[in-house]
Amino acid sequence: MKYSIIFSIARTHLLTRKRQTIVAALGVTFGIASYVIMMGFMTGLNGLLDGMILNRTPHIHIYNELAPSKSQPIEKVSKYNEHKKIVRSVRPKRKQTRVRNANALMRELAALKEVKAVTPMVRAQGFYLAGSTQLSASLIGVDVLMESENYQLSDYIVGGKAENLATIDNGILLGIGAAKKMSVSSGDKIQVISPTGTIFQLKVVGFFQSGLADIDNIQSYVSLKTAQRIMGQSVNYITDINVKLKDMNLAPELSKDIEDNYEVNAVDIQTANAQFDTGSSIRTLISYAVSITLLIVAGFGIYNILNMLIYEKMNDIAILKATGFSGRDVERIFLSQAMIIGLLGGILGVIVGYFISLLISRTPFETEALPTIKTYPVNFEPMYYVIAIIFALVSTFFAGYLPSRRAKRIDPVDIIRGQ
Amino acid sequence: MSKIIEAKNINKHFYKPVDFHVLKDINFTIDQGEFVSIMGKSGCGKSTLLYILSTMDTDYEGELFLNDQLITGRSQNELAQIRNENIGFVFQFHYLLSEFSVLQNVMLPGLKRNIKSREEVEHDAYEKLRLLGIESEAKKRASRLSGGQKQRVAIARALINDPAIIMGDEPTGNLDSKNSENVYNIFNDLCQEKGLSLLIVTHDEEFAARTHRTIHMEDGRIIST
Ligand SMILES: Nc1ncnc2c1ncn2[C@@H]1O[C@H](COP(=O)(O)OP(=O)(O)OP(=O)(O)O)[C@@H](O)[C@H]1O
Ligand SMILES: [Mg+2]
Repeated sequence: MKYSIIFSIARTHLLTRKRQTIVAALGVTFGIASYVIMMGFMTGLNGLLDGMILNRTPHIHIYNELAPSKSQPIEKVSKYNEHKKIVRSVRPKRKQTRVRNANALMRELAALKEVKAVTPMVRAQGFYLAGSTQLSASLIGVDVLMESENYQLSDYIVGGKAENLATIDNGILLGIGAAKKMSVSSGDKIQVISPTGTIFQLKVVGFFQSGLADIDNIQSYVSLKTAQRIMGQSVNYITDINVKLKDMNLAPELSKDIEDNYEVNAVDIQTANAQFDTGSSIRTLISYAVSITLLIVAGFGIYNILNMLIYEKMNDIAILKATGFSGRDVERIFLSQAMIIGLLGGILGVIVGYFISLLISRTPFETEALPTIKTYPVNFEPMYYVIAIIFALVSTFFAGYLPSRRAKRIDPVDIIRGQ
Repeated sequence: MSKIIEAKNINKHFYKPVDFHVLKDINFTIDQGEFVSIMGKSGCGKSTLLYILSTMDTDYEGELFLNDQLITGRSQNELAQIRNENIGFVFQFHYLLSEFSVLQNVMLPGLKRNIKSREEVEHDAYEKLRLLGIESEAKKRASRLSGGQKQRVAIARALINDPAIIMGDEPTGNLDSKNSENVYNIFNDLCQEKGLSLLIVTHDEEFAARTHRTIHMEDGRIIST
């Protein structure tokens, strides 16, 4: 009952000053709408980019790096222990790039409960033969079905079908750049020459596009068997093992375990893609900075309008106090005006923000890097809408607080005497 | 007769711009049902005294009693409630909330008191407006009324919570003689019929002469009661 008069006085004040009220509320609307739009768009983009990285990148990548041996023969001679040893021109040990005992390692990894999938890879070098010229080729032998399931390979296929690689013997998923250079289409045959000089005939079953010209010009996918054959190796020849975990946060720990227990290199996704994390957090930071700036501007608008209103309403404040309204009642009258402006502006802001986000999410967005994405990615996470409303209320509360406290402290005698 | 208001040794200073002893040893009482006027030269401290009596000004020495209860030293919130329930104030200038209707103006102190439903307060407000002969203006915006009408609305508002006393600071000061006469008659009726106490500051000799008693002030002192 008591709140209802406070509210009805506040409402009358706002309604008799419709234009000011609307301007103040639109300030909030503007801030809130841009928060919603920016967060939706930025996190949508972050999600897309992160997803892109996460989809393409194994959580743990196991391979064998060609590196100089960590201990040189002289270390083994005990009588030089006390001496400082200098070894010049250290060369990498002649060592195969294959992962030793890969099949056993894969079986052991697959048995771990943290692991979701283990996929083998065979990297093979060679050249595409296009008439008289040779284009360098990097062929990756994969189990295409597993690759599609775990690393969304099919998202990057722009012609033909990834699955064909599994069924068609000697098939190749050709990088789009190389395909253009050689003017081939699906079903055509191309020739690849191996490092040892053997020529292989492969059948184009589709094209893939990563968006990076360097990759698309060189890289192609073939089946594991084809890659092994090009390298002249047996079925035990595996150059890389990719591990996908159930929880990617376990990757650093597990990759260290793997390095310690097996003679391999293992890199976790966090180390491999540190820069992407920074990118997302900076984008989020920018969104918050811009929205908060807009809200502060809106807050100053409300602060000004309320200050002006209180100045105009000195007489009303004196009358209310003379007839028995306490300072706190008067404070609440003005604070609730700020909050009403905040609530109306906030709700309108969320609605406007939603529709503009919707518009953005329907805007065509074509990118070489993501052949399957057709429109801008927007995140419609409801949490951001809730935060936006809370934001609106909190910022208008602060904007209204000082003017309201001033109204609370106005001495009615000063005003009445001033007449 | 029970005392409505009792002032004991009230002194007040203004310290700005220089120390100025504006009220000096004010002692008097007003009984239930009395119609009292205050007269004195301009600047002698009548308004200042009235602001203290109405509990709006708390910066004074001495003691103030309302219905035999000590008012001095109470908190602002308590004082607001005391004003709301016991004191009706009528100003020289027609102090109304200009954006609200006449009816809302009269109802607000009643709604603030919060002991009656909105319907009851509205019913009471109509009754007070009828008493003052302006119920036909109830739905108008307060700013649309004439000076005399506004003053009557202010009196209706002062009456809404059936206060113990009505205080007026030159309530007829801005009215022509016909309207002044009107306001006097209203006050007189309220006093006679409802037994209301009244304390009215006035410069109008004729008005003062027709009240029960006149308090004369000079230079911050009461010289006769
Ligand atoms: N805030 C103030 N600070 C300093 N002096 C003040 C203040 N308010 C009033 N005075 C002085 O106090 C004295 C009494 O003022 P008050 O308003 O009570 O006079 P009054 O008797 O009501 O006069 P009037 O008949 O003209 O209304 C005056 O001399 C006035 O100048
Ligand atoms: Mg005066």
